Formats: sequence, C-alpha cells, structure tokens
Amino acid sequence: MSGAPVLAAFRQAFGEAWAGGAGALMPLGFLGGAAVLVPLGIGSDTQTLQAVGPGIIWVALALSSLVTLERIFQADVEDGTLDLWLQAGTPMAAIAAAKTLAHWLAAGLPLALASPLLALMFQAQISPQLLTDLGLYTLGGLAFFFWGGVGAALSATVRRGGLLIALIALPLYVPTAIFGALAMTGGIGSDGAPMLLAASTLFACAVAPYAMAAALRLAAD
Amino acid sequence: MWSYFANPHKFLGLSNWLAPVFYIAGALCIGWGLWQALWIIPKDDYQGGDIMRVMFVHVPAAWLAMASYSALAIASFVWFIWRHELADIAAKSIAPLGAVWTALCLATGAIWGKPTWGTWWQWDDARMMSVLFLFFLFLGYMALRAAMDSRQKAARAGAILAMVGAINVPLIKFSVDLFTSLHQPASVITADGPAMPAVYLTPLLISGLGHSLLFGGLVMTHMRTEIRERRIARLTAKALEA
Repeated sequence: MSGAPVLAAFRQAFGEAWAGGAGALMPLGFLGGAAVLVPLGIGSDTQTLQAVGPGIIWVALALSSLVTLERIFQADVEDGTLDLWLQAGTPMAAIAAAKTLAHWLAAGLPLALASPLLALMFQAQISPQLLTDLGLYTLGGLAFFFWGGVGAALSATVRRGGLLIALIALPLYVPTAIFGALAMTGGIGSDGAPMLLAASTLFACAVAPYAMAAALRLAAD
Repeated sequence: MWSYFANPHKFLGLSNWLAPVFYIAGALCIGWGLWQALWIIPKDDYQGGDIMRVMFVHVPAAWLAMASYSALAIASFVWFIWRHELADIAAKSIAPLGAVWTALCLATGAIWGKPTWGTWWQWDDARMMSVLFLFFLFLGYMALRAAMDSRQKAARAGAILAMVGAINVPLIKFSVDLFTSLHQPASVITADGPAMPAVYLTPLLISGLGHSLLFGGLVMTHMRTEIRERRIARLTAKALEA
C-alpha cells in the first residue's frame, strides 16, 4: 500500500479549502464577526471584556470550526471520489485524517493565529500569556476539527446536514472545552489542565479517524 | 445464551412476562423509596433540610442517565460487531428513554441546587455541563437516526456516534473527583465503601433499583413495539410486491 492516495487526498483537501475564493476566509470572517458582536452586545466595559474575552474566543473557535467542516466529505460522496478510494482499498482512516488535517491547516490554524488579535480587541494586555493562549487555542482547535470531522462524515449523505453536524459534534467538544477553559481561566485544579487538554486532543487524533472511516464507508453504500 | 435471545421471536416470548414483572417490581421499589424519602427518613439540616429528599429521585436519575448511555454504547457495539438486529432495536429504544432520565436528572438537580447552593445552574461545574451534553448526545443520536434514509444506515450511523460519544461517560463519572466545584464528590461508590448512613443509603439503593427496573420494562415494551413495526413494514413490502 503506497501513501500516494493519502497524499493526494491531503493536497486535494488543502487546495479545496483555498479554492473558490472564500474557502479559508469564511471561518475567519465568522470568527471575527462573532467576536465583534460580543462587545456590541454586552457593552464595552474594559473589565468585563477582559474577563469574558478568552472564553468568547473559545466559543467562536468551536463554532467557526463547524463552518468549513460541513463540506469536508460531502463533495467526495457526491462526485464518487469516495467510491474510488474504497475500491482502491486505501485505508480510509488515513484519508480521513489527512483531509481533516489539511482542513485544519487551511482553516483551523489561521483561526488560532488570529486569536491573539481578538484577545487584544478584548482589551487583553500584551504579555507572554497571549502566546500560551495561542498554543492552547491551537491544541483545542485541532481537537474541534477532528471531532467535527466525525459529525461531518456521519452526516455526509444528509441533505443540508449543517445543523445536524452541530448537534452531533458539540457534545464531543465537551472534554476539549472543559479542559481548555480550565487551562485558560486558571482556577482551582488548573495545574494539569494544559496536559489534560493535550491528552484529549491526542485522543481525538487517535480515535476520530477510525470513526470517520466507518462513517464514510457507510456513506458510500 | 446471548445469541439465543438475539432471536426476536425468543425475545418477544421472554419480554412478554418479564416486562410486566419489571413494571410491578419497579413500582413497588419506587413507591417504597418515595415513602421512605418523604415520610420516614429524618430531616437533614446539614444538606439543606427537606430539599435533600429530592436526592431519592435525583441520584437514581443520574445513575440511569449514565447507565443508559453506557447501555446504548454497548448495544451499538454488539450490533456493530455481530449485527444482531435486536441490539440495534435495543439501542433505538434506549435513546429516548435515556434522554428522559437525563432531563429528569438535570431538572431535579436544578431544583435541589437552588435552595442549597443558591443557584439553579452553575456554569463552571463540570458535572452539570457534562450531564447537559450527555442530554444533547442523546438528542443528536436520535436526530442522526431520523435523518438517515434507510434503516440500515440509521443503525450504522447511530452505532458509530454512540461508540464515539462513550468518551464522555468516564468524564462525567469522574468529573466530581477531577474538578473541585459545587457538586459534592461521590459518596456511594467509593474505595472506602459508602460514606452515607444506612437510613439514607437503603432507600436510595432501593429507589435506584426501582428506576432501573422501570427503565428496563419501558425499554422492553419499546423494543416489542419496534419489532412489530419492522414486521409490519416487511409484510407491507411483501404484500406490495405480490
């Protein structure tokens, strides 16, 4: 078994994310839009914004990961690429992992990189803390993409399955959200939280590709 | 033995008498538990007075919320590996009932929380959050099944989601021990044995048994309906062909 189809899937997914103009800009725009609405909604008090900022960015990150994931496997189901992969006997878990990783690189990483900027909009002080937070957002975002991919693969054959993805994926986001928020807020028992966040992300990367593969085999039927 | 009961016909025979037995035994246990809880056990001023009596519904509901999701995941696993149709029927039947008991757990928890902690809901409490998302997981499971266009697809998609979602169960179980927050740590199943006097523990356990029996009875009835519905669908298809 050569790695060529997996590499091709990666390249295709990566190109897809940039093609059509608004591919990777969509989630970024969504992230920015959602974050901008918050100060308009809750007022511009510096103290309040500083307090809610990190959490708002988490939420916006989780939601904007759902924006692109809706389409990640749908095109493959529609144009028959999926059937070709299955016929060629390519390991579907590897394909799914490659595609998700490509989408994360194209959309998820920019989202995380934009987070310090958003934090500044929420009146955060410029400090090394911003870089730590950036790392946490990157880790958490990766888990969001992998769990969201499971939802996307499961609803790949469902027409207008966007809302369904959200309903399926959000409960799977829970460990990431809990450990992430714990690491961010630094309350009681938060010492090990970054490690637990990393562990849950690794777990997502290990388990989600197999769930996606099973769901894709189902979608091909 | 398990593959013996994997036969829907055998299951219909078994559940025909077992379901009523579960209902009657469950009603007796729940009734006795409620009687004990409401009239017999002493008022506990430390735990907020009379409101702690809601524990005899809340804790069984919480157990069942977790147990029903575990059962859903196990049934999904059995169906996924061995393709016993009955396991899928069980999973399909467990989901709505599990959602109901999870909702009951959330509702009684909020009712208990208001007088004791002064809040209906505490957002940074990991256990409340994880139980809430368990509820969403049940809803997502049902929505996914409903969105699929064939029964086979619904079964497969549901099984994958149920197995993946099982990651949340240990998180819920250990959330009170992992994170310090409002919710009290485990006090029934601990390494040192139950940290609760018998006057509370016995009605609690009987109540839990009663809820489990009622749940089991309802699942069996739901499964019987589902088996008959599938039979009707098959007979209708056959009649249309002829």
